[in-house]
Amino acid sequence: MQVLDGASLEIRSSEDIVIVRQAVRKKSIALGLGLVDQTKFVTAASELARNTLDHGGGGTVQIESVQNALRRGIRLVFEDQGPGIPDIDLAMTEGYTSGSGMGLGLSGAKRLANEFEIWSQVGEGTRVSILRWK
Amino acid sequence: MGEFLLVTIQVDMHDRLALTLQDDLTAQIVRHRTRGVLIDISTLEMVDSFIGRMLGTIASMAHLLDAETVVVGMQPSVAITLVELGLSLRGIRTALDVEKGMTTLQTALSEKEEIGHAGS
Amino acid sequence: MNSDSSNVIDDVISTREREIMTQWLDLQAKSSRRSSAAQKQEAIRESNDFMAALKAVSQKEQIQDLSAPGWGPVKELLIGLSARRAKGGYTPGETASFVFSLKEPLFSALQAELGKNPEAVLKAIWQVTELIDKLGLLTMEAFQRSREELIARQQQELMELSTPVVRLWENILALPLIGTLDSARTQIVMQNLLEAIVQTRSDYAIIDITGVPVVDTLVAQHLLKTVAAARLMGADCLISGIRPQIAQTIIHLGVDLSEVTTKATLADAFAVALRRSGQALVQNGKNNGSTAS
Repeated sequence: MQVLDGASLEIRSSEDIVIVRQAVRKKSIALGLGLVDQTKFVTAASELARNTLDHGGGGTVQIESVQNALRRGIRLVFEDQGPGIPDIDLAMTEGYTSGSGMGLGLSGAKRLANEFEIWSQVGEGTRVSILRWK
Repeated sequence: MGEFLLVTIQVDMHDRLALTLQDDLTAQIVRHRTRGVLIDISTLEMVDSFIGRMLGTIASMAHLLDAETVVVGMQPSVAITLVELGLSLRGIRTALDVEKGMTTLQTALSEKEEIGHAGS
Repeated sequence: MNSDSSNVIDDVISTREREIMTQWLDLQAKSSRRSSAAQKQEAIRESNDFMAALKAVSQKEQIQDLSAPGWGPVKELLIGLSARRAKGGYTPGETASFVFSLKEPLFSALQAELGKNPEAVLKAIWQVTELIDKLGLLTMEAFQRSREELIARQQQELMELSTPVVRLWENILALPLIGTLDSARTQIVMQNLLEAIVQTRSDYAIIDITGVPVVDTLVAQHLLKTVAAARLMGADCLISGIRPQIAQTIIHLGVDLSEVTTKATLADAFAVALRRSGQALVQNGKNNGSTAS
């Protein structure tokens, strides 16, 4: 997979979350996604940005245009140096069942994107990446 | 509108704005003895779990102040996304638009009255 | 003449281009049933373009290595041709023959040029064969991809056409589902239904699953999602067409349909929706007609 371009945004305040949403919406439109697919991806981005802010103590998001042999897409990589998630699977299942908090954001983002990857280490931080193909 | 209050959520909202909205709303409900609140989200192109929780909080607060709430004008793409996201918006009434929203509120309020009378 | 491998094609094309082209076009025409003047013109144009691109690259590159950047224009030409032919309904054979029928004219030309040196002829023919085969394969793969994209697009259109929303009454919609319900189709179903709810300002939507042969966990989930989405738009959803076997499956699967009104037939569901909206079908006393009141 090739990375065609990328930009980094800070997530330090809730105004930043709005900026991230707008940037992702713009990129999704440029990729040619339909309205529903745009909305799904922007919502996923919003969830993860909020997690980064509320649970990660702030961080960054890298917004990239990507391409492989068959198609183009957008990848978002959210990163923080926060407390980390001790049990990712548990967090994602609980979030789904309780419908609130960080877990919902993670499991929701996974459902709303084509590809989802998460890395987290207690005491070091968390990195979540989601990808949407056209 | 009479005893109903219409709130239109327009802008891409961040936390402070959301909290301000909640405060303003509750103050108004009390001041005007509002019985019903319509929250118009027809210009919202996205509703995430934060906004979903805010809507739920408003509905709960209003209920405590003896007012009922209905969320109107959700865009189709937002509805489809919410369902996929797994956000149930349980206990929040929804209607297609303001007109239908008022009908919904009126029904809800008269049901409340019936229950009230049945109790006495 | 220089029989060095990288120049052999370049040489033979430069000296004998005319006769190669004539023979090639002739063979193409023979292997194709395309007879319209426009199609013949297009084939001639494509052949000229290809020959020019081939000349350009064989002057520079080792003909063996197709990954060299100089081959870009030739490859793009072939990919474009394959895509056009896939869309135009050409057969795989008709598309492949564009490239493969170039072998014979090249062999004849090489034979004529290098005839006195059988070893050189053999070597050159081998290289040409390798090259043409690789280009031919490339063409076929591109053709295949284009066909697959075309089929995928047609499937999409078919899905959209096969999920019509019917307006049963002033504020009652019906969505007769036919066939299977996968996640891609579900999104289209939801879009169509929600858009119809907005346009008709309907309060009720009846999803009829008589035409859905299998209801497993996934299908049930998709149905529930559709119901939830319609509810968010303020419409009450009913599901009809629940056959006995489906009822059993749903119970076994543990799917919770307690909050959805379900009926065996669309007619029953329609009656319920009418009643809920404060209406009923009444038989007119004077004649056998029925009117809604």
